[in-house]
Amino acid sequence: MSLLDFFLKQRQEILQSSIEHVWLVGMAMLLAVTIGVPLGVLVTRRPWLSRPILGGANVAETIPSLALFGFLLPVPWLGGRADRMAIAALTLYALLPIIRNTSAGISGVDRAVREAARGMGMTDWQILYRVELPLSLSTVLAGVRVATVLTIGIATIAAAVGAGGLGEFIFRGLAMVNNQLILAGAIPAALMALMADFLLSVLERRLRPVR
Amino acid sequence: MNAEANGTSTRDASPEPLIEFRRVNYALDSGQRLLHDVNFSVARGETLVLLGRSGAGKTTALKLINRLLEPTAGEVLVEGRSTMEWNPIELRRHIGYVIQEIGLFPHFTVEENVALVPRLEKWSNERIAARVRELLEIVELDPAKFAARYPHELSGGQRQRVGVARALAADPAILLMDEPFGALDPLTRGEVLTEFQDLQDRLQKTVVVVTHHVGEALALGTQIGVMDGGKLEGIYSREDFLRASGPVTSAYVALLRMQERAEEEDL
Repeated sequence: MSLLDFFLKQRQEILQSSIEHVWLVGMAMLLAVTIGVPLGVLVTRRPWLSRPILGGANVAETIPSLALFGFLLPVPWLGGRADRMAIAALTLYALLPIIRNTSAGISGVDRAVREAARGMGMTDWQILYRVELPLSLSTVLAGVRVATVLTIGIATIAAAVGAGGLGEFIFRGLAMVNNQLILAGAIPAALMALMADFLLSVLERRLRPVR
Repeated sequence: MNAEANGTSTRDASPEPLIEFRRVNYALDSGQRLLHDVNFSVARGETLVLLGRSGAGKTTALKLINRLLEPTAGEVLVEGRSTMEWNPIELRRHIGYVIQEIGLFPHFTVEENVALVPRLEKWSNERIAARVRELLEIVELDPAKFAARYPHELSGGQRQRVGVARALAADPAILLMDEPFGALDPLTRGEVLTEFQDLQDRLQKTVVVVTHHVGEALALGTQIGVMDGGKLEGIYSREDFLRASGPVTSAYVALLRMQERAEEEDL
């Protein structure tokens, strides 16, 4: 049976797993942006927090993903449900690029622009919302793009704890020494990553501030 | 709003100074003193130029007026009230501010840049549109041509004019300018300078300008304050300036004479 035939025969299951995969990644990215962007802003406002916050996110990045699932297992509310656990772990992985790019984007705003904004009587919030965030949007988005591609890949491991997604095929294929099964998970995941990368890079270019 | 009518109305105002420094000191957290017992006052409609070399404390003095910095001792009064009693946001919206790098918002059009303070002050859209058009005409930029452009589509001189228009937007009584013409090439600088003189003749704002350029100081200032090492060496009218005896002031006058001689020889 050729790979194509196999894919056609399994298309229902592949589609189902892809939807689960998108859901895991989507939820994780939503959480990571919600947490990461404010943390990135905080780092620029309170420089002494930069080491603990960026350091913490850095450490999270270095934990091997299987081990991270293991650590989350005993955590109440999370440990009981495989999908929650997977989303929590993926969120942790996605944080670092988002925090780092948010703070870099905001620090990169021209000092003169910020001083003019302050001198004209804008409040701190107005400076953030009307000047700093719009001007750093493309940098923030570049971080989101890196994090998304990373997360799509790591999310295949979520199947190890029973959270579903395209990793199901990969783990089954590994267990049964069936390359077609492995590819049925790996190829859609790779395509998904490429597509996310492309779409987000288009958006990023469109949001790049004019100079 | 008519700028001309507005200009004349400020001329017959009370003699009370609009800006006053009373024994103002400013020191960094490290203890380094940037300003040392500075006293001066600026009356309505006057232009005070703070002249001095880099690091003399000119910009520090300027930033104390709109409370971008706060004095560590002494008082800065604006409209008779200490800046520490003002709400800093309200104070800054009362005062136009132009800096050397201009700091136009690159993601805003010329129109949006100029409209910023009126928008923060929640003016109506029609009033804002009319004001932007009026201001662009005042700084000699054709609104039809420039309103929709972005800052990166402008020349240095044009950006400078937009910066001035933006500072004048909410019709502040006070205008602060930090090396406003410093980044321009000499010819453009000359043009913008002349234009600004005309503008000031009409609007009669109370202006404080920081510069290290002695020619600019004499062209703009009704008073010239010479600063050195965080202290005010003296405040002079244009005539007194040329006869003043302070070491820094006389150095500036000597420089001026030298430049004049050089120009004569060129002719």
